[in-house]
Amino acid sequence: MGWREKILKRSLWVYHLATGPCNNCDIEILDLLTPRHDVERFGIKLVGSVRHADVLLVTGIVNRKCVPRVLRIYEQMPAPKLVIAVGACPMGGCVFKGSYNQAGPLDKIIPVDLYIPGCPPKPEAIIAGIAKLLEKLK
Amino acid sequence: MGNLGFNLLIFPGFLFVATLGFLWMGIERKLTARFQWRMGPPLWQPYIDFLKLMIKETLIPANAQRFMFITPPLLAFAGVLISSLILFRTSLFPKTSFLGDVVVFLYFLLFPSLALILGGSASGNPLAAMGVSREIKLMLSYELPLILAVFVPVWKTGSVKFAQIMSMQLQKGAFALHYPSCFIAFIVALLSIQAKLAFPPYDIPEGETEIMGGPLIEYSGSLLGMFYLTRGILHFLLPSFLVFLFWGGFPFNRWQWILSFLKALVVFLIMVVIKNINPRIRIDQAVRFFWSRVFVLGIIAMGLAIAGW
Repeated sequence: MGWREKILKRSLWVYHLATGPCNNCDIEILDLLTPRHDVERFGIKLVGSVRHADVLLVTGIVNRKCVPRVLRIYEQMPAPKLVIAVGACPMGGCVFKGSYNQAGPLDKIIPVDLYIPGCPPKPEAIIAGIAKLLEKLK
Repeated sequence: MGNLGFNLLIFPGFLFVATLGFLWMGIERKLTARFQWRMGPPLWQPYIDFLKLMIKETLIPANAQRFMFITPPLLAFAGVLISSLILFRTSLFPKTSFLGDVVVFLYFLLFPSLALILGGSASGNPLAAMGVSREIKLMLSYELPLILAVFVPVWKTGSVKFAQIMSMQLQKGAFALHYPSCFIAFIVALLSIQAKLAFPPYDIPEGETEIMGGPLIEYSGSLLGMFYLTRGILHFLLPSFLVFLFWGGFPFNRWQWILSFLKALVVFLIMVVIKNINPRIRIDQAVRFFWSRVFVLGIIAMGLAIAGW
């Protein structure tokens, strides 16, 4: 749309939120920062505090224990905010579907902009997903 | 003498140092990426990051002290801006240099660290408090060696004026090449500004992986952008300061001026190399290193300078 989106899409700072994953997706996300895939060339970097972030990257089924935390972290993020759900878990629960502590898919709790399915998704798939998100920002 | 407003906002002031500072930040990120065998972001990435931070929403935490939370980023930026003005106005118009401007410069250079301490403790976050305590300890350890190192060229010139230090070096050649004491002092100052810039191995107060940005944890949007800008300017200002004191200053005639920037770039590259081949150390190791090694080295440099070396 405007110049704001143009600036935003060239410098996405990502906050990684794990809501009870099996850690496989997290490892794939860390692969994105390695020399082979290096997403820093698009200006994407991981930040430690959600206050600095533009993108909330969620992995894992959302636990019942995690729901208040997810909501709170989402509210702590400053305004142009995007949410990416990585892996099959935040969408449908994957192998944990129907588990006693699954609080439902992520989009029941906070609005989600991008889904990247897979168990775990390949780094290439995550990059393709982010490219689609950047298209959407246009 | 030039117009002070123009000097402050455009030429040796804000626009000039911010542009160069972000350029150097870009160089640093690109080089770090190449060290790690990555492609790295484009050179203009820091400019985009800064613009993005300025258009983001600025949140103020509910249990933060509002006034003390908002003012420190502006304080840090003002301090850095004034110190860069003192330094580069001296290089353009040596007559504007006043007695004791080295001391004033060092004083204003304290502002970014002080602002981090104030803002971090006002944000009401336990991790920020931890970062603040580390920042204070780090400041206590690097500040004295830096002052000792600055003392050496001041002693050699016999004057606390940037203009005198520069003109002395124009006559005799760079201090660091002529006096062993100045070369040792240069090394001491290099290590101190490495800590002042919070580059690894001294990025202890902002440890991203353990305390999530330390004092900056609650800052967002334009307030974080001001800190980012301050840091960008410091990337350029601190190496230039060392060039000013030890490697011949910034005399304003075409080739020598450009050469001075290249010298500052070389000093900066040394810092980037140190940054990339060292892991983060603990705060107690940093304090011990500065007080038992760097401080002693500074004393030696001072002794040699007084003895006439």
